[in-house]
Amino acid sequence: MLILPLAAGTLLAVMFLQWWERRLLGWWQDRQGPNRVGWFGVLQGVADGIKFITKDDWLPPFGDRVLFVLAPVIVAGSMLLVLGVIPFAPEVYVADLNIALLWFLAMSSLAVYGVLLGGFASNNKYALLGSLRAAAQMVTYEVFMGLSIMGVVIHAGSFSLVDIVEAQQDLWFIVPQFLGFVIFFIAGLAESHRLPFDLPEAEHELTAGFHTEYSGMKFVLLMCGEYVAVIVTSCLLVLLFFGGWLVPDFLDFLPPIVWFGAKVLVFIHIFVLLRAAIPRPRYDQLMSLGWKILLPLTLVNLLVTGFFVLWEF
Amino acid sequence: MDLALFWIPAVVALVSTGFVITRKNASHALIYLVVSLLSVAVIFFVLGAPFAAALEVVIYAGAIVVLFLFVVMMLNLGKTSVMRESRWMRPGMWIGPAVLVSILLITMVYVISGMPDASVTRGEVVGPKTVGIQLFQPYLLAVELAGFLLLAALIGAYHLGRRYLEQRREP
Repeated sequence: MLILPLAAGTLLAVMFLQWWERRLLGWWQDRQGPNRVGWFGVLQGVADGIKFITKDDWLPPFGDRVLFVLAPVIVAGSMLLVLGVIPFAPEVYVADLNIALLWFLAMSSLAVYGVLLGGFASNNKYALLGSLRAAAQMVTYEVFMGLSIMGVVIHAGSFSLVDIVEAQQDLWFIVPQFLGFVIFFIAGLAESHRLPFDLPEAEHELTAGFHTEYSGMKFVLLMCGEYVAVIVTSCLLVLLFFGGWLVPDFLDFLPPIVWFGAKVLVFIHIFVLLRAAIPRPRYDQLMSLGWKILLPLTLVNLLVTGFFVLWEF
Repeated sequence: MDLALFWIPAVVALVSTGFVITRKNASHALIYLVVSLLSVAVIFFVLGAPFAAALEVVIYAGAIVVLFLFVVMMLNLGKTSVMRESRWMRPGMWIGPAVLVSILLITMVYVISGMPDASVTRGEVVGPKTVGIQLFQPYLLAVELAGFLLLAALIGAYHLGRRYLEQRREP
């Protein structure tokens, strides 16, 4: 029932999100941003959409055509599929899987293929370098993205997102799992390969990285995948660490879905702010941060969490 | 309905595995391998093992085959390797493997048909908790041994990588 409105709503949200992001970036960087189409430029997304749809649908004759077309579909499709297991309010979800968290991890690991194949099929040196970086970066950060949320799973005793939210009635998991939150946030940022972790498409070094050869609607699908990844990661941060739709009793004059949306919006804004605020690290710095600092921290976090949970029994 | 849910992914798995063997382009073969693994995951899910299905996607399709594809991309196999593959795919090459595989197939059909009850599952869903309890009670020794093996592999990989770094520093 909810699937079609959810997919359509997300794509509309992506359209407005990219306009809103550009406006915010403009505001923070002391310039205007897109402000011409419609009221304060709200309809910029529509104008961009028309432009992209009417563009020539170009396939690079020197590349691998089948994989080239397949790659953007994998990127956007895998991220849209994650939305199916996200509960927006009690009883408002497409499916309450008992492995919802693993479903998210599985889909985000399939998203790697889109980026990898996109760069490989382009048969272009910059695209290949970009997708090699993307593969290494995403496989690395996936390892402790999965491990960092296991602390939450230990506390809640379930992989189901509905159960995890309901386990936070008394205390949001941000308090006992602060380290897990920080690591999951960094890993989520790296998984969605946005600034400051956009090394796969670093425009100063690699033209546009893995999507150098993409244009028109295929480029839009890649961008959609990126923005949906931001929305999905924000939703999961709220569900796992900030109590989902739950709020303290004196605040429940608004329906739960509004509170959930408000919390998600806060995180989306933090993602945009990080893009404006932090410079891009070097590639080897990114990898050594992952393997030498974040992975050991995650394991220590898991060990300490397990110790305390067993202590209480 | 349930039978269709089993047979469709089963056929997809068989066909895509066939393509894994016969494709001459290594990257296309790997994509078919991913499709094959995903359809096996669907079969696991239908048989009532959602946890095994999720792990199949996360670990095999999401991590191991990504690394295969990574290596294939680094080697940048061009037209020469496709031509070499097609030379290896002579009809005569199929006889030996076909004989061996048919022996295996006959054995397996014999074993399965000898079972008192042909159905593998009892229709119950095996959740993550059940898997965890099984792993850390009856199969604890196997888990520990796998842990040893992985640790040894980790240390070995670290050792090889470190020697390479030291050699590079010398000049």
